[in-house]
Amino acid sequence: MTWVAAVVHGILLGGYYALLAAGLALMFGVMRIINLAHGSLALVGAYMAFLLVEHTGWSTYLTLLPVLPGALIVGYLLQRTMLERSLRAGQLVPLLTTFGLLIVIANLLQEFFSPDVHSLDAGRIGTAAWQISSELSIPWFDVLTLGIALAVLGGLQLVLRFTQLGRELRATAADADTAELLGVNARAVYARATAIAVAVAALAGVFYGMRSGFDPSQGGAELLYAFEAVVIGGIGSLWGTLGGGIVLGVSQEIGAQINPEYFAIGGHVVFLAVLVARSASQASRIRYALRRFA
Amino acid sequence: MSALLAVEGLDVRHGLLQAVREVSLDVAEGETLALVGANGAGKSTLLRAIAGAHRPAAGRIVFAGRDITRMPAHRRARAGIALVPEGRRLFPELTVEENLRVATASRRPGPWTVEEVLEAFPLLEPLRRKRAASLSGGEQQATAIGRGLMTNPRLLLLDEVSLGLAPVVVEGVYRSLATLIESGTTIILVEQDLARAMRVADRVICMLEGRVVLEGLRGQLTREQVTGAYFGLRQGATA
Amino acid sequence: MSETALAVPTPTGFRVQRWSWASVLFAGGLAGVVTFLALGPVLLGENSQNNLIQLYFLMIMAMMWNALAGYGGLVSVGQQGFIGLGAYAAVFFSVQQGLNPYTSMLLGTLVGAGVAIPVAAVVLWLRNGAFAIATWVVAEVFSILVSLDPNPAIGGGTGTSALLPFDLRYDPTHRLHYTYWAALGAVAVLLLLLFVLLRSRLGGSLQAIRDDEEAAASVGVRVLLGKGILFVVAGAGCAAAGTIILAWQLSVLPLGPDSIFGINWTARMIFMVLVGGIGTFEGPIIGAVLLYVLQTYVSMSGVWYFVLLGGIAIGFALLLPRGIWGTIQERFNVQLVPVGYRLRAGAGR
Repeated sequence: MTWVAAVVHGILLGGYYALLAAGLALMFGVMRIINLAHGSLALVGAYMAFLLVEHTGWSTYLTLLPVLPGALIVGYLLQRTMLERSLRAGQLVPLLTTFGLLIVIANLLQEFFSPDVHSLDAGRIGTAAWQISSELSIPWFDVLTLGIALAVLGGLQLVLRFTQLGRELRATAADADTAELLGVNARAVYARATAIAVAVAALAGVFYGMRSGFDPSQGGAELLYAFEAVVIGGIGSLWGTLGGGIVLGVSQEIGAQINPEYFAIGGHVVFLAVLVARSASQASRIRYALRRFA
Repeated sequence: MSALLAVEGLDVRHGLLQAVREVSLDVAEGETLALVGANGAGKSTLLRAIAGAHRPAAGRIVFAGRDITRMPAHRRARAGIALVPEGRRLFPELTVEENLRVATASRRPGPWTVEEVLEAFPLLEPLRRKRAASLSGGEQQATAIGRGLMTNPRLLLLDEVSLGLAPVVVEGVYRSLATLIESGTTIILVEQDLARAMRVADRVICMLEGRVVLEGLRGQLTREQVTGAYFGLRQGATA
Repeated sequence: MSETALAVPTPTGFRVQRWSWASVLFAGGLAGVVTFLALGPVLLGENSQNNLIQLYFLMIMAMMWNALAGYGGLVSVGQQGFIGLGAYAAVFFSVQQGLNPYTSMLLGTLVGAGVAIPVAAVVLWLRNGAFAIATWVVAEVFSILVSLDPNPAIGGGTGTSALLPFDLRYDPTHRLHYTYWAALGAVAVLLLLLFVLLRSRLGGSLQAIRDDEEAAASVGVRVLLGKGILFVVAGAGCAAAGTIILAWQLSVLPLGPDSIFGINWTARMIFMVLVGGIGTFEGPIIGAVLLYVLQTYVSMSGVWYFVLLGGIAIGFALLLPRGIWGTIQERFNVQLVPVGYRLRAGAGR
């Protein structure tokens, strides 16, 4: 594979990461919660689709019809039972409970599905590719994934901007107390945000299952990638998540181009570099402030 | 005639501080009540407790015959209590119109719509798509009051609407309020400007260090009495 | 209840007291227990020593995670990076450089401390969730770097072993004794280090940071410095635990479910601290003992075991957030280890 091909594939991979990260970004934007179980929930989506395919013989895409609403319900319940209480209890508690959830999900998946690698069939699109040159071929499935990611991000933006739910979400994110004084039920708003986030995560999980094999231990890795995409793109912006996902995807593919084993570390290095750059600018800002007031 | 709002023996803590001590008051439908007092007297906290933003430590709040002491804030808004908070507290990244529309969450029927609010506050009409954070103080205050009105309240609570605003701007705000007051909406307003408060209100309650120290109809109280009670210089007469 | 003579008398009618009856008694009892444990290799059988070594490194991990989260407000899900780092550093020094394995363990601990400094520089700026995941990324980077290392001593993805350096010098019985003492020693040193830190001015400022970071910063508490010190100590402590694990099981893996870099170590740490009592000195020790008992006497498949750990951790986080010891401490106003100050009413003597 050439470098050009690596970059192109990285951009397409970014589409998947944007899809995966969208739910994480949404929950953080509205509730300031980083859901450490986010990757695990995406994985559950893949496994649910797998179960359905096994028992009904449906195409993977058809399984989205029950999986997505199911994920909405799971997200809603998750917020109303566990996360709501965690939010009230302080800043650290949501991290602890979502971490606990990550561990529980990973192990339950292993118990019920075995540690073996499974995969989902992507249909004819899964194998088709657009042969641009002898060295560059663009898989249709990746384009589809990018398209879905754009649709989801766009859809979320539309909801946020033009619907009452979106206004209530943004208002509650800005100032939950004042929103409540205007009749907004903050807890219901949060629950809807989590429902949407988990549904989008499940969607990403099904697409993940179609693009690669999955096993119960991968929830953590996907969480890390989703988070890296959000941070690189700038926390607080949905389209930024797309940009971050693309940068991450490209970094990973370039890493893999150097050495196939450098895939993950390519992304980690860029992520850490972004952190270092941002902390350096933080430090210089503090030093500057100290000098002015010293 | 039973009161629209009845507060009985309310105790509210603000952190470790006792902000409201054994406050009881009634507000009749259609009345305009002014709450006056120095900073820290407990006026804002009392208003917030009525609106549901603060849980009282003791006492009762009865609204339209229902005990709402344990009712969460968003349900009180749906029942008809609207608070325009101190410092406006607009949603900074939302536009004026979006700020107004959020309040439809109260799901109350009534005359107030976005168009009605913009008519009542014409200065906002050209600003409807502007981000709230970029508005001037007076524009923000108008938006905040409009936002409260969008809930179609039975009881409107106004907390220091003149805070931080130039006198000219305050004039404008109160002019808009005049129409509101005449229309028969029940209003409790917290106001530091004594003269203004006594001009618009039917009744005045003065608070000091969390307690009600003076209460009376507009015509019955002299400015000296209120000023005295304000600063705690004299035992005030209760009407 | 009469007060001890160690209380400082003041004219105002209140006394600031550090040691109470309970803590003096406790210190005495503790000295006795430590002496008994130190004689472990003489008094106890091989099985017990092996088991206690496990308890010791669990205690170290719990103490370190509690230092970060309970005293610094830093939830790290990446301490396993330092555990693995310590183990592999010890392998490097003993297998590659041919040093005495116990010296290598000490060096491994120092490597942990040293590496923690630049890592802290990068991650300590981050808040809460961002900090947590960044620490996990760092741990993953360590794990990947190790698994990609071509050095045959490190062993790459298939893991490595320290069998050789130990076997060359010690027979199995003596290795067990020395490892036991090294582990116990590490626990004692780290306990003492934390105790001194928390009693010092740093301890007071850490308490302030934990209660209200902004207020603390406004009265001049060097927030970042305090957190940095905790992070370095935790890095060293977790590395020490890693070296002990290496000495105990002799071989380690960088990948897979039993990886020395595995997230399961964090799962155990969080369980121990949440159940024992976050933010207390005694809590993590209690939590470690409980985990150890659970792990030894409850036999269930590895998968359900972790489901149980995760579930219990969630339960405690939501329902009993102060943990067992924290709740006892609050309910009965007891403190065995005198790291705090207590205000007692009554005239001084």
